[in-house]
Amino acid sequence: MEKEKNKGFIDRIWDFFSSIRLAIVVFASLALTSIIGTVLEQNADPERNIRLLAKLFGGSAAPSLFNIFDSLGFMDMYHSWWFVTILMFFAANLIICSIDRLPKILKVVREPIKPLPEDRFKGFGIKKELVLNGGPEKTKGMVSDTIKKVMGFNPYEVKEESGYQLYSQKGNYTRLGVYITHFSILVILLGAVIGIFFGFKGFLNLPEGKTYLVAFSRTSSMAQTQEFERILNAVEVSAGNLQNASKLLGIDENSLRTMMRKFGIFPLGFGIRCDMFNVDFYGKSDMPKAYRSWLSVIKDGKEVMKKTIEVNEPLKYEGITFYQSSYGLVPGGVENGIFRFRATSKDGKPEEINQRFGSTFTLPGTNLTAKIEDFSPALGFDQATSKPFTYAKQMNNPAVFINFFENGNRKFGGWILKRYPETWALPDGYTLEFLDLWGSQYTGLQVRKDPGVWIVYFGCIAMAVGLFIAFFMSHRRIWVKLIDERNNTHVIIGASANKNKQAFERKVDKLVSHLTKTKEGGK
Amino acid sequence: MDSSTLFGIATMAYILAMIIYIVYLAFKKPQIGIVATTVTVIGFITQTFAILLRWKEFSEIGKMGILRAAPFTNLYESLVFFVWCLILGYLIIEFKYKNRSFGAFITPIAGLALAFIDLTGVDKDIHPLVPALQSNWLLAHVMMSFIAYSTFALAFGTALMYLILKTEKRTEPSYIFWTVTMGIFIVVLGAMGLDYLTYKVAIKNPDVLIKSFLFKASFFSNSTALSLLSWIVAIAFIFLLWRYGYVLKKVIASFSLSPETLEEITYKSIAIGFPIFTLGGLIFGAIWADQAWGVYWSWDPKETWSLISWFAYAFFLHSRLLRGWKGKKIAIVAVVGFVMVIFTYLGVNLLLSGLHSYGSME
Repeated sequence: MEKEKNKGFIDRIWDFFSSIRLAIVVFASLALTSIIGTVLEQNADPERNIRLLAKLFGGSAAPSLFNIFDSLGFMDMYHSWWFVTILMFFAANLIICSIDRLPKILKVVREPIKPLPEDRFKGFGIKKELVLNGGPEKTKGMVSDTIKKVMGFNPYEVKEESGYQLYSQKGNYTRLGVYITHFSILVILLGAVIGIFFGFKGFLNLPEGKTYLVAFSRTSSMAQTQEFERILNAVEVSAGNLQNASKLLGIDENSLRTMMRKFGIFPLGFGIRCDMFNVDFYGKSDMPKAYRSWLSVIKDGKEVMKKTIEVNEPLKYEGITFYQSSYGLVPGGVENGIFRFRATSKDGKPEEINQRFGSTFTLPGTNLTAKIEDFSPALGFDQATSKPFTYAKQMNNPAVFINFFENGNRKFGGWILKRYPETWALPDGYTLEFLDLWGSQYTGLQVRKDPGVWIVYFGCIAMAVGLFIAFFMSHRRIWVKLIDERNNTHVIIGASANKNKQAFERKVDKLVSHLTKTKEGGK
Repeated sequence: MDSSTLFGIATMAYILAMIIYIVYLAFKKPQIGIVATTVTVIGFITQTFAILLRWKEFSEIGKMGILRAAPFTNLYESLVFFVWCLILGYLIIEFKYKNRSFGAFITPIAGLALAFIDLTGVDKDIHPLVPALQSNWLLAHVMMSFIAYSTFALAFGTALMYLILKTEKRTEPSYIFWTVTMGIFIVVLGAMGLDYLTYKVAIKNPDVLIKSFLFKASFFSNSTALSLLSWIVAIAFIFLLWRYGYVLKKVIASFSLSPETLEEITYKSIAIGFPIFTLGGLIFGAIWADQAWGVYWSWDPKETWSLISWFAYAFFLHSRLLRGWKGKKIAIVAVVGFVMVIFTYLGVNLLLSGLHSYGSME
């Protein structure tokens, strides 16, 4: 008795998880909760969402509403326990629904088509009848050939009491399209889970000329403490070797790894260096054309890889990928950076000059000395007064102000702009090109390790294949009964398609018209 | 001749076709119907050339090769392409179902959308691509998304007509649903038109209009009286639509479109659109995001809203398999699905912000 009851309960749970009703409830709840997640800014400063709620519901209700939403996990809702639970229901639904239905479907797919008993011909959606001259013995070859020619089916033939039956099917495996699609969703979810557990998503603001052995999580900048700095130092001193670093810190390697994870420091296992960063603009405009970082990978003290990355063109090394994601100015970049020039006398060859801010240098081949007096990352001139000013914080239009002296007396001076060759010209055909203020910018890299991404890609391919089969292909079957009627053949055609019946019916109509034609031709 | 002249001709052709389709509906003369179709086809061919010409102009300016000069990179270009897909879809349906009645609904959408682009002064200039868009995925991703959007738009139209035809009583939930949905649609469009007329001097582009002036001329007006009046007018309009909605039913009933045909077109459009949307919109989008930003899925609003639309249509496809979910209920899902699509396309860019505003580097 007890057992029976239990079984009923388990059955009920099974039915619940295999039902389409659950699928629909899951779709609706994922969609509806996701809407809230797009309105409330995720992982944002609480201030921002309180302001948003104040806009929607008034200032007095906002703080308490925020607390309610916050305690329900809506501020990071795609990772909240209940959202993950709905996703798990989704996965359970897919798995159990497949286990529940797959055996029956597999049977249909595997089973060879059988001839149909007479009475079953009545119930077909596609049903055609016609009469051919000559008995079935004579016509069956022609009918079989026509089916092959017109429809591409290769029919089986069986002798029956009243004549013959031809029957065939195509696309029986297309019934699996739905399951391939369902399976692909599970594969994608699996890939995502593997990525979460065995990979990391981090960032790195890498100044020009610097090498880093680690990347940071988005939250790690908030946790910067003395301990954080000590760990970073130890890793740097030991050139990324965590065993040595743990000795330096007087702890074992495993606890160092745990601490690094806690602080959001991801060891790369190699060094990444930014050799240069640059923004290209369209013509003279300030519309960015390309953001480029020249990166080098350093492994065991040796340079093993060099690549220029752009948005859409990342660098990949040992399973870790570096994406161009942002950029900015390094604090103190002007004072510590190197001004790079290319000096060319009228008919001499170009010569590169590297100098620091405020320094004085001699122009090769002349008796002129130059002094770097001022710098602007984005120099503009006021339209009314023609006074120079800096119009942006980023390096939109870098310019350097240089005074030129002869025997200690200032001869001339002015702004030299990197993007404007006409400002490079000095008297006597001499040019001084301002190449770069090297070391003043950092490149913002998104750093990712995701061993699950190939599984996700595989899932995507499976989904595309599954959907194509599920929506654009169908299982088509045809049975043709040839009945002997006083030396004529009474043809009954029954056909079915599990999708796009009209298209298949047109094919059957074509078959009928071909058969009728041959009949007339035979007269 | 440049592309904008050709776009102008196409707009005129669609508006002309709309008038002829309506005349055709009134008189039911086959000759008039043929003229209507011919004008639509001429508009379509002209628009096709216009798009190709713009593609060429773009590739000459951008100098990044043909693949990276696909003219689908901003609001203007994507609306144009959407209209193109919609007309193509309509012509296929007209050809397959030998019924022109639907044309009186589709050509006005096409003509008005193109005219709206002209009137509101949506930025029509060709801009070179920002770094995030410089990818070969752009072409496949955007093109397939918009093909899917237009199949969903067709399904929306047929589902709405199905609801109008099938509902009997004013108290029926389905009747209330379609009248209120349609009412809100018209009210929102009207209020946005009012915003435009009031503030057209102050704005530089439609983004600014919607971001800073949305409903400022009506519901959110600084004058309490005006705002109150707007609400009253809106509610009164929806009420009237609800009260006299059966008039529309009579109009549609005269089109000789059976509810079964409408239901079939709804299903088929979605059955074509859903796989294309999944592959081109979601999967290609994810692969591209993976290449550009290093995350194939980051739950940013654009991605999430595409997923919401995807769930809505998955809901639609699965609910057909449920007992008792025939006809009206499913039609409602198809209508709701397209509302989600509109929000994915316009609402996210204009009302919410995220990675897809391409602003992360600026």
